[in-house]
Amino acid sequence: MKLAYWMYAGPAHIGTLRVASSFKNVHGIMHAPLGDDYFNVMRSMLERERDFTPVTASIVDRYVLARGSQEKVVENITRKDQEEKPDLIVLTPTCTSSILQEDLQNFISRAQASTDSDILLADVNHYRVNEFQAADRTLEQIISFYVSSNPNKIVKTEKPSANILGIFTLGFHHQHDCREIYRLLKDLGIEINLVVPEGCAVTDLKKLTKAWINIVPYREIGLMAAKFLEKEYQMPYISTIPMGLVETASWIRQICKQTNSQMDYEKYIDHQTRFVSQAAWFSRSIDCQNLTGKKALVFGDATHAAAITKILVREMGINVCCAGTYCQHDGDWFREQVQAFCDQVLITDDHTRVGNMIAEIEPAAIFGTQMERHVGKRLDIPCGVISAPIHIQNFPLSYRPFLGYEGTNQIADLVYNSFTLGMEDHLLEIFGGHDVKTVITKNLSTDQNLIWESSAIEELQKIPGFVRNRIKRNTEKFARSKKLEKITVEVMYAAKEALAA
Amino acid sequence: MSPTETLKLKFECETGNYHTFCPISCVAWLYQKISDSFFLVIGTKTCGYFLQNALGVMIFAEPRYAMAELEEGDISAQLHDFDELKRLCFQIHQDRNPSVIVWIGTCTTEIIKMDLEGMAPKIEQMIGCPIIVARANGLDYAFTQGEDTVLAAMAHRCPEWQAPHEAFGHQREQENHPNLVLFGSLPNTVAEQLTRELASQGIHVSGWLPESRYEELPQLGPGVFVCGVNPFLSRTATTLMRRRKCQLIGAPFPIGPDGTRAWIEKICQVFNIQPHLENLDQREKSIWESLEPYISLIKGRSVFFMGDNLLEISLARFLVRCGMIVYEIGIPYMDKRFQASELSLLEKTCKQMNVSMPLIVEKPDNYNQVQRIRALQPDLVITGLAHSNPLEARGITTKWSVEFTFAQIHGFTNARDILELVTRPLRRNNHLKDLGWSELVSQTK
Repeated sequence: MKLAYWMYAGPAHIGTLRVASSFKNVHGIMHAPLGDDYFNVMRSMLERERDFTPVTASIVDRYVLARGSQEKVVENITRKDQEEKPDLIVLTPTCTSSILQEDLQNFISRAQASTDSDILLADVNHYRVNEFQAADRTLEQIISFYVSSNPNKIVKTEKPSANILGIFTLGFHHQHDCREIYRLLKDLGIEINLVVPEGCAVTDLKKLTKAWINIVPYREIGLMAAKFLEKEYQMPYISTIPMGLVETASWIRQICKQTNSQMDYEKYIDHQTRFVSQAAWFSRSIDCQNLTGKKALVFGDATHAAAITKILVREMGINVCCAGTYCQHDGDWFREQVQAFCDQVLITDDHTRVGNMIAEIEPAAIFGTQMERHVGKRLDIPCGVISAPIHIQNFPLSYRPFLGYEGTNQIADLVYNSFTLGMEDHLLEIFGGHDVKTVITKNLSTDQNLIWESSAIEELQKIPGFVRNRIKRNTEKFARSKKLEKITVEVMYAAKEALAA
Repeated sequence: MSPTETLKLKFECETGNYHTFCPISCVAWLYQKISDSFFLVIGTKTCGYFLQNALGVMIFAEPRYAMAELEEGDISAQLHDFDELKRLCFQIHQDRNPSVIVWIGTCTTEIIKMDLEGMAPKIEQMIGCPIIVARANGLDYAFTQGEDTVLAAMAHRCPEWQAPHEAFGHQREQENHPNLVLFGSLPNTVAEQLTRELASQGIHVSGWLPESRYEELPQLGPGVFVCGVNPFLSRTATTLMRRRKCQLIGAPFPIGPDGTRAWIEKICQVFNIQPHLENLDQREKSIWESLEPYISLIKGRSVFFMGDNLLEISLARFLVRCGMIVYEIGIPYMDKRFQASELSLLEKTCKQMNVSMPLIVEKPDNYNQVQRIRALQPDLVITGLAHSNPLEARGITTKWSVEFTFAQIHGFTNARDILELVTRPLRRNNHLKDLGWSELVSQTK
């Protein structure tokens, strides 16, 4: 048993349902107790989805517990088949059905006799995999089911074309990213064969193998399917994340090489980098100088945390003290990606560890999930949200990609707005600001009894409000390390010197 | 419709394929109500994910609840659940020092038959902090019924009522009625409002189940009268009657001015107290008058309850009294005995207002309901979040039902809040009505 009240990645069935409901005309049936269909609420609220979420529960209640599901699951499948006429029904196990150990596959075989839809049992184990792993596996499962059932000879498209694997409902800025990739590929003269699974019909999946390459923009979901297609159908895939100027350039190069592109892509990259995207110019502009060497902490899913870390360090000159991810199953990849760019790597799914790390490092800005945003609020540290888990405000209506050249602009804005504005920073330092109210302690750890002499308190109040807490904590940290009980003005200066050294 | 059909309430029961919140959601309001408690939900990632999403920002405020997340080792009994729970409870006791730890049993603890009731007393003794077990799981209950399971469990912990000593007899006589304990968790201000409402009729409320502190639980026992304030508390009522030998006052619930009045009158009647009728008349009348601007918006409009929180009967009764026509009252579970007075008030109100009786659908089927909504085209659908946006996109006005659970809706004072909620979508419609884009879903599929 684990004591927890917050988690970064959801349970397995959420992943499966995200795949199922991203496809067009696919229905998910959960074998679950009343109240587990919370996925429908999330989709309807966060995505502001206009259509009914194609997910229903085959309810497990007291009777099912006593007698087994018997006809119930079969009836629910046949009923949905008649009501909605879906192409595919995905039966989704949950934590409850995992322990009931009913033979769901048997229910499917029985239902198959009386339905027109295809039926699949999602191959996920609640206790072994999380949302992302389950989604990854379910996508591979559906793709392999439809691709393998089409034994025809593979004919590639005439012009170079690509599939995009891994655009999902409830994904972080996925819709915008998809549009941005589409635009980029169009510029490169590459056609989109299929976008999977968002808005794709499963009946179209047989066309998947006609594309020249597969593109997997996010590491978390889509890689399994891409590897399967590479192994079985010799389709190359590109899993570079086109986030930030450097990575987008390398992504374009790989795509053009894989498709034997005749265009002068280096010229295209150069033009986009220097003139279409504003990010390269921005990081050279004097405004951005103030960001040089500022401390930041990055935490999120593997894709976004790794990419943002590289952007901050390589493209903006910011010092990333700690980069972390909650994707523990992908920890090795993450470590390898960011090791050279940050002081330390944190791989954990325990949000309190992340919170303590933030309190300890006291970065000037955090780039994380909604949880880190709230930690930042408590510690008075600004935070830019760069990864799921997210709230409704992270499903913006306006065009806000993170990928491609427009993405670099969006990220630059996000980073810049997260730090205290340069000039404001400067003025506050010179004039000390107007904010001279008494010190409020905001700390994640409990305070020990240190006595502040009144002259030291006065001195502390001369310090601009937004750095005052940090100075206070640093001084106390210093006092504790020297085993001092009383803090005088001298101790404060000694602490400042010690820190500068 | 033949006249006889309209004279009686009609009951139906469907498949139970409907959307509602899991009953563990009750920790959200109960940990806030009982300020010295700690709620430990013993379940899986699924439960945790639901809570963290359903409770939204509350999560970030260091709530006094946590998950004991079951892992594979717990399910396959490789780990000893007694030792595991003991370890977690020790930790909670040390970090938070609550006056009570409430264990919320979930579907998983039911299925693997974890003996929570057996383990609790032993661990309670070891750590010296009361542990209460409530089985608020989705196998048996819906949404607000979670509170019912917690309060029923808590009823066992209330101290035994001691009949006052002869010497103090004269003090009691001033009240001239037996002890009255009200049950149901309400925000402190609302509880205070209802207490005062009864006090003005000369009725003294000797306690609430729950109080805002666990240590202040009311005395119960034979001779104590109890009365519920919420329609979903049938288990608690049964426990109070059967196990604590209390006498239940079956009254309509104090939701809406009509309900509040009937509730007060029923309590007065049981205690043989003549209500200050003039007083009460005046009070109800002035509330109705203050509601007039809202009522003019909903009069003659139709409403459809899809059903998910068991407040439906009381709300429907109030809305009928406001002049609305109720097509259907979906409800997760219908306890006809506990809700008897409420049901008869609904019937009476329908006759009074001269509208046909609504259809009461227990364990509704959301798919069928959507078909009925399409056919009936009601002016307002009260429904859960899963269906709100899709219905709105199809030009059907909705009100999100969960808000009724979290808003203050009890007593005379808060009747306005109910109508504020009910009329909000209608007022929004009035603002946007001339724009011509109320249907926002593409017709091609």
